Parts: sequence; structure tokens; C-alpha cells
Amino acid sequence: MRVVVALGGGLLAASVLLALLGTGVGSSGLESLTQVWRDPTAAQIVWDIRLPRTLGAWGAGALLGLAGAVAQGLFRNPLADPYLLGSASGSSLGVALALALFGASPFATHWLVRLGLTGAAFLGAVGAVLLTLILARGVQHTLRLLLAGVIVGVVLGALVSLTMQVVPDVMQAMQAFMLGSTGFVGWSACLLMALVWLLCMLAAWMLSPVLDGLSLGEATAISLGLPLPQLRAALIAVLALATGTAVAQTGLIAFVGLAAPHLVRSVAKTTHGNLILLSSLMGGVLLMAADILARWLIAPQELPVGVLTAVLGGGYLLWLMHRGPTMPTRGTV
Amino acid sequence: MSQRAIDSIAIQAHDVRASLGHVQVLHGIHVNLAAACWTSIVGPNGAGKSTLLKVLAGLLPHSGSVTLLGQALGTLPGRVRAQQMAWLGQGEASGDDLTVLDVVMLGRLPHQAWLAAPSAQDHAAVEQSLKATQAWDWRGRTLGQLSGGERQRVLLARALAVQAQVLLMDEPLANLDPPHQADWLQMVRELVAQGKTVVSVLHEISMALHAQQMLIMDQGRVTHQGGCSEAATHRALEAVFEHRITIHQLASQWVALPNATQPSGGFRPQLVRAARSG
Repeated sequence: MRVVVALGGGLLAASVLLALLGTGVGSSGLESLTQVWRDPTAAQIVWDIRLPRTLGAWGAGALLGLAGAVAQGLFRNPLADPYLLGSASGSSLGVALALALFGASPFATHWLVRLGLTGAAFLGAVGAVLLTLILARGVQHTLRLLLAGVIVGVVLGALVSLTMQVVPDVMQAMQAFMLGSTGFVGWSACLLMALVWLLCMLAAWMLSPVLDGLSLGEATAISLGLPLPQLRAALIAVLALATGTAVAQTGLIAFVGLAAPHLVRSVAKTTHGNLILLSSLMGGVLLMAADILARWLIAPQELPVGVLTAVLGGGYLLWLMHRGPTMPTRGTV
Repeated sequence: MSQRAIDSIAIQAHDVRASLGHVQVLHGIHVNLAAACWTSIVGPNGAGKSTLLKVLAGLLPHSGSVTLLGQALGTLPGRVRAQQMAWLGQGEASGDDLTVLDVVMLGRLPHQAWLAAPSAQDHAAVEQSLKATQAWDWRGRTLGQLSGGERQRVLLARALAVQAQVLLMDEPLANLDPPHQADWLQMVRELVAQGKTVVSVLHEISMALHAQQMLIMDQGRVTHQGGCSEAATHRALEAVFEHRITIHQLASQWVALPNATQPSGGFRPQLVRAARSG
């Protein structure tokens, strides 16, 4: 328990420090921060660009970390990530269709547009998850569910490509969306993510005993009196809402949802209630750090943050994989 | 049936049929399992023992009726059922990242209000169960850091922590070494002495013969039910295993020994040797 509190405190402190650092990093450098009270342009850069973007990176990362921890618990698979069950390609398709039909920019900052794109991404994510559930005929068989998720992912991905082929105007916007970028997160997106985060965190925390029970197997979970079908459906809704909201604001950012729960588990062994909260904080810290790095590495240019998380996350997983045999996670007789 | 007889029955199954996939595994099972009694279920591989246990635990869809402590299992709310009946499965997933204490505390879930902090009673039940299976010393470790036998003792403690009136166990002796098998035997006897009902599926026939009642199954049907020390039960047991085993009395215990003069067919010695070296 002490490790849990220490890790939580550490992640919160890191979040605050990184947020401060994030306001100081950008194409106009630290100067904007020192001039913020005098120069209106500098103030605008800090308040309207850097701060929402930095906080937005945290929010999206926190949503993905939360969704990752829920997915790994729900599917009892440490390699599960929030983009399973086709939710990633579903929200991509939602955004692509919204762009193609309404001609909006994915990076518009008006709150109505943000809400619309979030709605499209969320509907896409939920639709894809429902499609996966129908194909898998329910949530009872994990393997069937994962396979159906792969199939839905491939088919919807093809539909996204088709949309881009038919309406080439959206191609550039969609490319940025698929790489993942925090560059265009404004205050409206921040507020939206904060609200959804609160909602999802509360729901996930309330449902966390189900995940603990499920980790001992389905039969044991049912024998403990847990009404699995209903609770599983609720957890899938949380997963879809958190993923859809994050994806709508920042595009498809890879590996954060997968790596955050792993990192937490490598430090603290705890029940899912704590794990989900810590994974969420970890996801926020990871994406905020990656975002700052993406702005700073080749400043005044910047890297798409999704590329950075893919490279760093892939490297981390590779290390985890090769470390595996020397540190067995499971004792055998 | 007299009221007294009904009171003394913990689980009653009437015309139970169940399928796994498209294969019917149970063909019309009728059983009455006595309360405050240890019943062991035995039979060859594929006889439907585990499936029957799952049906009795309310974990598998089935036709026919099952009654638990006088109430229809299907109409019992999940939470009430979970308080009255604990279940220990076989070869299930185990939360490698949960600590032993967290795992055993899950057994208290049916007794706790949702999201409520564990009460003093919960802590006492967890400690008592972990000490009963001699797993208390590992309470801070995760399941992933334990050996197969140690893990089994923790899972057993999890089932004990429910403190249910009826305890169903599928292969509870898996991975346990002989001293801990003997401990398990002692523990089951104590539970029965307290008035609890224990039903276990066991492959070790000699262990199963320590029970009071025995349910013998073959090909999805109950072929015999009777006391473990009755000659009729022993004959039925030998018959269901095609007379490859014989029941002997040894120092006031009944033991099953492999029959030296086997009929031809089935596993021949050279096949067994080949399987072992392969």
C-alpha cells in the first residue's frame, strides 16, 4: 500500500513539473514564459497554445492509460490495449466520415466542432465495439472477442482508406490524425477530456472489484456472485468512451494505453481500483513527457507525438520481452 | 420424503442435462447430496464429473432443476448463492499480479457491501483461512511468485474465506505434496464436523475413499452412490474403472491399488513407458 501511495504521489508531482516545463517549451522558446505578463503575444502563446496542449496531452494519455488498464483486466491479457475490439479503426472511420461529410478540419478549436468530432469518434468506437460483440456473439469467449476485434479493425480500416480515396481533401487531415498529434488541442478539448476522465474514472473504480474477481477466472468470478454479463458490458462502455474521447482529440496515439499499466505493475502489485488510477496517471505523465520531447527534440520544428510514442513504447515492450525469461513472472514446480 | 430427510440434503439435482459446445455431457442426473457430509465424485476421464460440479455450483446452463439448501438454484440471487456456496475450480486463470492477501480477500466479496472497506470480521476470516492452509507467511507475495502447490493452497484459502455452508472443489489436491494432502484431509473433516457440506471431484481414488459418501460417474451418468466403506461401492468403483484397480483395506483405511493382472487393451506397460520417456 505504501508503494501505491508513493507511486501515486510521484506521478502527480511529475505531472505538475512536466506541465510547468510544457509551458516553457515551444517554437518561441522559454522567452514566451518570461514575457507572459508583459507581451500579449507571449501570453497568447502560453495560455492558448502551450498550456491547453500540455494539459490536453495529459488528459489524452490519462484516458488511454485508464482504458488500457480496463482492457487488460477485462480480457485478462497483459497485451490487451484500448484499441482492441476495433475501437481505434471505428473512431478513425467516424472522424473520416465526419470530415468527408461536413468538411471540417480535425484540428478546429471551436467547441462545437470538437464536440462533433468527439461524438463522431465516440460513435465510431462504440459502433465498432458493438459490431465486434455481435460478431463474437457476446463477451463470453475472450479469444473469439479478440479475433472479432481484429476482423472489425481490418474491415473498418479499409473503409477509412476508401473514404480517403473518394474524398482526397480529407487525406492530409486524416494522416495527421492517424499519426497522432497533440498540436491542436485547445481549451474546449481539454475540458471535454477532463469531464469524460472524471466520469470514466468513477465508473471504472466502482467496477474494479469485477476485474479483481475476473483475474481468478470466469467461473470463480461468477461463483463470487458477480453478475458478469452486465458488469462486463458496463466496462466495455467505459473502455469505448475513454478511447473514443482520447482518439477524437489527439488521433491514434500508440502504445500509451499498453505501456502505462505495465509500467505501474512493474512497480506496484495492487488491486484493479488502484491499478486503474495509477495507470491513468502514468498514461498522462507518459504522453505529456512525450509531447514535450516531440516539441523539443528538433525545435523549432516538431515531431508528431504519435511517432515518438510508437518508437519509445515499442522499445519498452521489446526490452520487457527480452527481460522476460530471466525474470519468470510465474513460479512453477 | 420426511421433513428430516429434506433438511439433511444440501444439494439436490433432478434430471440435470448439460452440454459443452454441441456435445451432451450430462444425461439426466438425479442426485441428493447429504448435508454436513463429505461426498467425493469419482469416475474415469470424460465422465462429466467437473461438468456436474459446475452445474451444481450454478456456473453452467443446464436443463432440469438444482436445489441448494432447499431453494431452487436458478431463483437464488447471485450474492445469496455466493454466500451459501463456495467454489474452487481447476486450472483457472490466476491473477499473477494480485497479492495473496488480495486474492483471499476476494472470497469475502459476497459478504461485503459494494466497494466497502473490509471489516474486522473479513480480516479475521482471511487470516484464519490462510493459516488453515499454511499460506499466511506469503500474504505479501503475489501469486506469480508462488509455486503450483503454494498457489493451490492460496486458492483453497480463498474458497475457505467465503465461510459458506457448502464447499465445492474440483481437483483440490492438484499440485499438493503428500503432507499438504494429509492437511487437506484433516481440514475437510473439521469442516464437516462444523456442519459444512463438502463436495469434491477427486482423481486420487484412495483420497476419495476417505469421504463419507461417494458418487461414481461414467459417460455422463451416475452409476452408483453409496457410503465409502460399503462393499457395493467398492465393487461399483472397480467396475467403472474396468477392474484395473482393486480396493483393499490397509490399516483401517481403504486404498485403491492398480490391478496387477490387467485385461488386454488400453494402456499397455510398453505404451506407458513410451509415454513417460516421450
